[in-house]
Amino acid sequence: MNTPIRRLAVLVFAMFATLLIATTWIQFVQADELRDRPNNRRTLVENYSQDRGPILADTTTVAQSEATDDQLQFVRTYPAGRLYSHITGYYSFTYGANGGLERSRNGLLSGTDDSLFYKRIVDMVTGTPPQGAALELTVDPKVQEAAENALGERRGAVVALDPGTGAILALVSHPSYDPNELSSHNLSEVDAAFERLGEDPAQPLVNRAIEGDLYPPGSVFKLVVAAAALESGEYTASSTLEGPQTYTLPGTTIELPNFEGGRCVSSDQISLADSIRVSCNTSLAWLAGQLGAGSVREQAEQFGYSQSVEIPMPVTPSVYPAQVSAAELALTGIGQHEVRVTPMQVAMTTAAIANDGQQMNPFLVESARDSDLDVIDETDPRPFANPISSETARALRDMMVEVVDDGSGAAAAIPGVEVAGKTGTAEFGSEGAAHAWFTGFAPADDPQIAMAVIVESASGSWSGQSGGTVAAPIGRTVLEAGIGDE
Amino acid sequence: MSLSRSIVTDVRPRTGRWTELALLVFAVGIVILAYVNVALATSGTIPANLVAQASGFLILVLGLHLVIRWRARYADPLLLPIATLLNGLGLVMIHRIDIGQGLEQAEGVATRQLLWSALAIVLAAVVLYYLRDHRLLRQYSYLAMATGFVLLLLPMLPLIGHEENGSRLWVKIAGFTFQPGEIAKIALTVFFAGYLVQTRDALSLVGTRVLGLQLPRGRDLGPILAAWGLSALILIAQRDLGSSLLFFGLFVAMLYLATERISWVIIGLSLFAAGAYVAWTLFGHVKERVQLWLDPFQSGLSDQVAKGLMGMGHGGIFGTGLGEGYPQETYFANSDYIVASFGEELGMIGLFAMILLYALLVERGLRTAIGAREGFGKLLAAGLAFSIGLQCFVVIGGITRVIPLTGLTTPLLSAGGSSLVANWIIIALLLRISDHARRPVSERVPEAPHPAEAELRASTR
Repeated sequence: MNTPIRRLAVLVFAMFATLLIATTWIQFVQADELRDRPNNRRTLVENYSQDRGPILADTTTVAQSEATDDQLQFVRTYPAGRLYSHITGYYSFTYGANGGLERSRNGLLSGTDDSLFYKRIVDMVTGTPPQGAALELTVDPKVQEAAENALGERRGAVVALDPGTGAILALVSHPSYDPNELSSHNLSEVDAAFERLGEDPAQPLVNRAIEGDLYPPGSVFKLVVAAAALESGEYTASSTLEGPQTYTLPGTTIELPNFEGGRCVSSDQISLADSIRVSCNTSLAWLAGQLGAGSVREQAEQFGYSQSVEIPMPVTPSVYPAQVSAAELALTGIGQHEVRVTPMQVAMTTAAIANDGQQMNPFLVESARDSDLDVIDETDPRPFANPISSETARALRDMMVEVVDDGSGAAAAIPGVEVAGKTGTAEFGSEGAAHAWFTGFAPADDPQIAMAVIVESASGSWSGQSGGTVAAPIGRTVLEAGIGDE
Repeated sequence: MSLSRSIVTDVRPRTGRWTELALLVFAVGIVILAYVNVALATSGTIPANLVAQASGFLILVLGLHLVIRWRARYADPLLLPIATLLNGLGLVMIHRIDIGQGLEQAEGVATRQLLWSALAIVLAAVVLYYLRDHRLLRQYSYLAMATGFVLLLLPMLPLIGHEENGSRLWVKIAGFTFQPGEIAKIALTVFFAGYLVQTRDALSLVGTRVLGLQLPRGRDLGPILAAWGLSALILIAQRDLGSSLLFFGLFVAMLYLATERISWVIIGLSLFAAGAYVAWTLFGHVKERVQLWLDPFQSGLSDQVAKGLMGMGHGGIFGTGLGEGYPQETYFANSDYIVASFGEELGMIGLFAMILLYALLVERGLRTAIGAREGFGKLLAAGLAFSIGLQCFVVIGGITRVIPLTGLTTPLLSAGGSSLVANWIIIALLLRISDHARRPVSERVPEAPHPAEAELRASTR
């Protein structure tokens, strides 16, 4: 009976060998693929339970990982609550790293980024638990808080930049949300909060400053038209434009009025500088027609329209329409028709004017440091474009100073400081509802801060709010916070 | 002069008992290290009751070692250390999963498993003590058959039968559950060995040759058909693919061992294939198991296989380390899926070591069968060893997608008292047979004549 027993032993060994092969297949060949499966809770838990790097604004901690004694080991908290929600985004076990830097800089925060490779090896050898990198923001907490408080309960957004470097000093979008509600370990409460925020018609999860449905720029777009005129070499600040009480849109019988109906100045002729100062509609509509769609569009694109920008969150490209009729061209001259912008684009345009025509790449993260506080990544200020000459920039600046001194933006004036600005009241829909804009920089001769603010229409119909009355005071508060610093 | 003297004294064969003791201490050492490892990884402290628990476990297995020294001096020295190591590692992993599930030690599965381990090891000692000669079992072949059948059918009875997770494998009496199929496995192996040793001549010699195969006579097909019917009954009534496969495979293997006829294997495999096909067409749960085998990540079906695979994948080559993975994420992480838990925390390398331990255990069993001096011992040892090997293959193969998943315990490792008791009794029986096989002629117990043979002698006298 020994021969069959030996044969049976061979069979048994073949069976065990098969198990060894199958084990090798799963744990060696397929391991990575299995780990990356979307429904792998282990990977989720593993990823979630790391000591994620903090996010700091100056000396303020705006996001941090706190040790817990549950399975997930760490809970992400946002000590500043809503204030930085659109900058940080949220880090949720159920919904992942989303919105803001939690998503855009996930690799650095989680410690999986290639720049941390060496650090990971050292940690493995020394047995130190791996830790993500800390992100230091360019945001100035003082400006951020000023913007947050000035915007108050109203819907809208504020962007403030350092025009010389492109560093983002403030980034506020309202309504905001409390990211702590989404990062909590009470998963049923997280689900409820996520559902509530997702279904809210005010869309609190959308960062209006850089994404979302985009806004009509209204009169703040007049800066782009004026820049195109100056750059064409055919106009100067004192060039005379046609500025009647109403302007008949070419090829139609539609009469375009000025804001609040009347004439811009006492005659039908108006200089370019005055057109900007009083935000004249008819003269800018006429000017756009003289310049042509190609010229206006080209200037807009030089300022960054149609281009992708990452701060590092992607900024939705602003739009100047591809095809326009003569009447539509005239309307784009005052920022209407299908011109659509992000507040970031408006701030970038103003920052270029403030920085002698040199436009800087906007950025939110100053540096990333590993857990030993060694800098592993530092953002150097980088030119984005050179959309206008320094002469054009100077001319536009002088016009914008007049806007605040003696024009539509008087509410942005700061005693003792020369402020440059431009207001905008962007109508949308048919009921005359309008968003209020203000963009500006200060001090005008040595700009430390450039900003843009939009306050959404409080209702679907005309509520009497204009850029000059609603947005300019916010601009003043933010600019004041930005210059008080240095 | 002294040279020849020493030769004479050295003739006394080695018993292997000191080897066994050294390996046993080594095995217990590994288990203690693993236990400490889990505690350090999960709570950062050394368990408070470490000394008491470690010495308790050591005393238990040392007790069995002493019984072996006393009653089975020549027994195979590897069986006890391997069984101890597997049982101990199982305890550690069950304890680790208790921690993962947030169970306190007192209410944990591990505490119950430790009590069962103690009982099982004591029972193994009792078997070794009282069963002085395994050939005595041959007299009880038909009693074993009856016991086996009754045990197998018990869970189907009303009132005491108990269903868990869709399989009706348990008997529940006064709140106490037991899986009689595990003990039935031993009883049926004893019966198969006794029956086949008696009928092997008829089954192997008579028949017609067709295409180079010796086909049996029609009337000799009875037993194999009966075994097939029994396993089909288990499959239908208890919805248990694993046991069904195990019993039938075991019977076919033993039939082949007894007859040395490959035709029995072919007949067996054909019957199995036919049964499997019918089961696949008739039963939804069989079909689902096959679908999950082909694609474990199918949505809408159970994610049991997928979870196990993801656990093993998570462990990778070196594993997460004991206490540092998430084995509790997998269903049945301490019973049917305990191997995936080990794969996760000890990695491919650790799992290799454990699979090789089983291979070694089965190999020692088959070696015992080769060394056994009579047919019954050979068949019994080979059958018991093969049952462990086949059970490992069915359960680990199900987890690693070699075959469709069927529910079975991993011998000695999985949580579950019945399985532990049954497997320790198998170890005791293998120890007994190996002692008999390796015992030098001078020390042999005179063979107790089989009653049938005694009768025969009496009648011919």
